[in-house]
Amino acid sequence: MALQDVCEWQALDTQGASPHLPQVGVWAVPRGCDPQTFLQIHGPRLAHGTTTLAFRFRHGVIAAADTRSSCGNYVECPASRKVIPVHQHLLGTTSGTSADCVTWYRVLRRELRLRALREGQLPSVAGAAKLLSVMMSRYRGLDLCVATALCGWDRSGPALFYVYSDGTLLQGNIFSVGSGSPYAYGVLDRGYRYDMSTQEAYTLARRAVAHATHRDAYSGGCVDLFHVRESGWEYVSRNDAWVLYSELQKLPGPEKEGEEEATPDRAGEVGEPSAGPGPAPAPAPAPGDSRMPAEIETL
Amino acid sequence: MASRYDRAITVFSPDGHLFQVEYAQEAVKKGSTAVGIRGTNIVVLGVEKKSVAKLQDERTVRKICALDDHVCMAFAGLTADARVVINRARVECQSHKLTVEDPVTVEYITRFIATLKQKYTQSNGRRPFGISALIVGFDDDGIPRLYQTDPSGTYHAWKANAIGRSAKTVREFLEKNYTEDAIANDNEAIKLAIRALLEVVQSGGKNIELAIIRRNQPLKVSH
Repeated sequence: MALQDVCEWQALDTQGASPHLPQVGVWAVPRGCDPQTFLQIHGPRLAHGTTTLAFRFRHGVIAAADTRSSCGNYVECPASRKVIPVHQHLLGTTSGTSADCVTWYRVLRRELRLRALREGQLPSVAGAAKLLSVMMSRYRGLDLCVATALCGWDRSGPALFYVYSDGTLLQGNIFSVGSGSPYAYGVLDRGYRYDMSTQEAYTLARRAVAHATHRDAYSGGCVDLFHVRESGWEYVSRNDAWVLYSELQKLPGPEKEGEEEATPDRAGEVGEPSAGPGPAPAPAPAPGDSRMPAEIETL
Repeated sequence: MASRYDRAITVFSPDGHLFQVEYAQEAVKKGSTAVGIRGTNIVVLGVEKKSVAKLQDERTVRKICALDDHVCMAFAGLTADARVVINRARVECQSHKLTVEDPVTVEYITRFIATLKQKYTQSNGRRPFGISALIVGFDDDGIPRLYQTDPSGTYHAWKANAIGRSAKTVREFLEKNYTEDAIANDNEAIKLAIRALLEVVQSGGKNIELAIIRRNQPLKVSH
């Protein structure tokens, strides 16, 4: 022991986080300046406009988001990807500062991979959310802004966690994050049931984001839809938000949907919106199927 | 020849031995016997209780310790060293639950203890831990496990094993008598553990301490 102290030799800590994680609180700021004030005075003006949502149901977890990246008053990118895959069974919706989100997801991906190699299996979604939350909470007060919903499928089935960069970690069935989230929550709370079918879930997610893009200035572009199943995540579709919203307006409202389910012979007639100029009208969807007509472009 | 290479732990001898580690294994052989059996739905640990002095309070001598609700271990060797290792393992069990939101697997905590022991065979100014441990428990998937670690820091999974004084005799008994029938039900497995210990321990209920874990049930210790 004495010799070790004299030599000042430190044993490697193989059980903790990898040593390549960024050091806490190391910022290149002028001397005498505390980082938070420095950022407030000189930092970039970041706007956090987006609509992302995720909900958990019997057949997995749905993640949906708009694709508009805004910076102040202009649209920086109309077709960005806000749902980031972490591994085969884990996705994250991102909101806040895009750079922060992307960086921290890369760090999370690396830490999960290291743990998978050490332990022989990936950590659960709860473990991944805890890891992300703990890593980010060390930077509390330094203006990190990452608001994310981790959607995954692990040994305990479909799992959904909300993580915020101040260290908040919540488990839940429905989360919506971003400036458009109030509008999305309204639609989600109306239509959510744990026992939905997959098509109903897709419709609900698309509808929620489309309504949010209609009212929120910072959301728009297209609507991305992802589904995490037992076999892994799947990129379901990307639909233009405006087209989607228009189609939705032509369909009967949610109150009438209950009646339509009960009378399947009328579903064919009602499910087909007026096509107008454009591609030929699609065949009527089968009763109980998604209300989305097939002519909407999917990727 | 050996005496020139056994002072500092980090020095190999010309024929490839780490003498301090081997001397630690000798210390383990002086400890009282412990036996571990992995059944189909049960894991059993049995230890020989050394007789205590008349005035000593028997209840304070503990050779089987719970590391968490679903994992426990018995050791053979230096009691003080075991106390340190058990404390570190207990902290690691809770720490793991906090960071990963899941209880440890038996293999994980065994690997942790083995890594800890190995660190002490490769550090300046420290000596190895003079204990071997038998670690038993059930994982989340319901499979029973038994692992053994030794002072060098290696660990292996076993169906049944013994450590400490006369471990070789007990192990030979187990090799002959560990059959599918012998562990067919819980009581048979417990009986096998007791019979294995009785090979080397004076018969009498007061000399054996048993611990069992059944699947999805907490540890039970009988004195």
